[in-house]
Amino acid sequence: MTNLENNTAANSSEFLSDETIDGTITTLNLGPTHPATHGIFQNVLKVDGEKILSSEQTVGYIHRAFEKLAERRPYNQITPITDRLNYCSSPINNMGWHMTVEKLIQADIPKRAQYMRVIIMELARIADHLVCNSVIGVDTGALTGFTYVFQEREKIYDLYEEVCGARLTTNVGRIGGFERDFSPRFHEKLKDFLKTFPKVLNEFDSLLSRNRIFMDRTIGAGPISAQRALDYSFSGPNLRAAGVDYDVRVMNPYSSYEDFDFIIPVGTQGDTYDRFQVRQEEIRQSLKIIEQAYNNLPEGSYKGDVPEFYLPPKDDVYNNMEALIYHFKIVMGETAIPAGEVYHAVEGGNGELGYYLISDGGRSPYRLQFRRPCFIYYQAYPEMITGQNISDAVLTMSSMNVIAGELDA
Amino acid sequence: MKNSLTNDAVLQQLKSEFGEAIMSSENPFDLLTVEVETSKCKDIIGWLKTNPELQINYLTNIGAVHYPDLRGRELAMVYHIHSLVNNFRIRLKAFLSIDRPEIDSIVDLYAGANWMERETFDFYGVIFNGHPNLKRILNEDSMDYFPLRKEYHLEDATREDKDDRFFGR
Repeated sequence: MTNLENNTAANSSEFLSDETIDGTITTLNLGPTHPATHGIFQNVLKVDGEKILSSEQTVGYIHRAFEKLAERRPYNQITPITDRLNYCSSPINNMGWHMTVEKLIQADIPKRAQYMRVIIMELARIADHLVCNSVIGVDTGALTGFTYVFQEREKIYDLYEEVCGARLTTNVGRIGGFERDFSPRFHEKLKDFLKTFPKVLNEFDSLLSRNRIFMDRTIGAGPISAQRALDYSFSGPNLRAAGVDYDVRVMNPYSSYEDFDFIIPVGTQGDTYDRFQVRQEEIRQSLKIIEQAYNNLPEGSYKGDVPEFYLPPKDDVYNNMEALIYHFKIVMGETAIPAGEVYHAVEGGNGELGYYLISDGGRSPYRLQFRRPCFIYYQAYPEMITGQNISDAVLTMSSMNVIAGELDA
Repeated sequence: MKNSLTNDAVLQQLKSEFGEAIMSSENPFDLLTVEVETSKCKDIIGWLKTNPELQINYLTNIGAVHYPDLRGRELAMVYHIHSLVNNFRIRLKAFLSIDRPEIDSIVDLYAGANWMERETFDFYGVIFNGHPNLKRILNEDSMDYFPLRKEYHLEDATREDKDDRFFGR
């Protein structure tokens, strides 16, 4: 991004002092429950004054054995598990899972359903990035932006509610598409959101982007080079902030992403400021995608023809023998599914969210593994904060958007 | 994005380089899946990483699968590796015996493999030789079993109404 280039000269050493206080090394427990970690993470820091010498992480505090649970559940009952991975952008997780199963059963999904998915997924990305960026503000002492954009996130949650009835853990959509078409109120609310949100985003941007205090606090905080980021298998905004333009939506397009025109913002330094800026720009690009998808929403059905997985309408269940049979088969988990092995990845809020599914033809997956971007990039955290101040470590964590649910599965 | 490598071409290169160590291959959903000899697994991953033409150098995921019925090769290690330059994905599999589940760690090739291998150790008990810090990660340290092995029922085994036979397995 061009507006970042002016700041690249500022490297971390200008802002961090090299002096030691008295050479005494203190061990400090940051977490597991600490307001600044925004989740349950423990970091045992060795500090010399304010300066971090080393850090050791403990994770797994909210491990809920999702992969084991999935081996006992019918396919449609696994969607609610995916909600609880990255709960800031549940719809992306839900749809990633649906698309994985659709890939396995080689279902054909109508264009309209695909575009509807794109709209919901991009709304989720906006909500995810809004939370992350406004929390970076909170951690630098700027609470205003946070409370301000949460009103907008609320509107996105209202939109989810119009589609699926839920807000946080959405369980939105079905294997095969959506349970219903967008309601008239959804259209109304989405149009309103598209009209009012850009203004709010610009106001939020003007609060932080060129704010001297914010820039001084975030430039050079928690940097990582592109090479190290790749070595650590970073993905998503954190990798792009380091300068690598890898985005699953472009590299391996799914759900008709190839139809839309958008750019992949990249940073240069991989520090907190770049991560902030990359997410800001991604919000704008997501808006652009939503506008394109909404204005070109194709006619057609909101669901594919997958009777083995898609619950028939209630009316049919009561009045139609075939629908009753399918209803029974789906609810009892008697659906026939081909044996096979499939890896499907979507661009989640935090990066490449992958589903590695092995089916042996039984009612549940034989094995389901989630590639959780948080889990993979959080291991670079000690390397990123060594030599930094404790307050920068807090910023680094919030700017990496480490979500406990996704981290611990 | 254009995919400049084909499954066949990569497989041929692998075969000419490693010969017998490439045991079998398939292409489920167009993803090249290669079964390799366990002792050569690390060499192959290293070769894929450093080969200037292939550049398959982005580690996507490490996982394991337990097949209790495959005697002597019960545990499958699965590596998904990606070439961001060529937009080419490959899946490598190496089978281990559950009595001696050992494989070379690839942490010195990919820093990101550290936690992925710890997670695999945590859930399947695979020992990664050369791993700098091989201990449990998501589960508690005092746990004395490996929960994702197909040895444990999720629900109360005494319940007759939840018999697996009635659920297609």
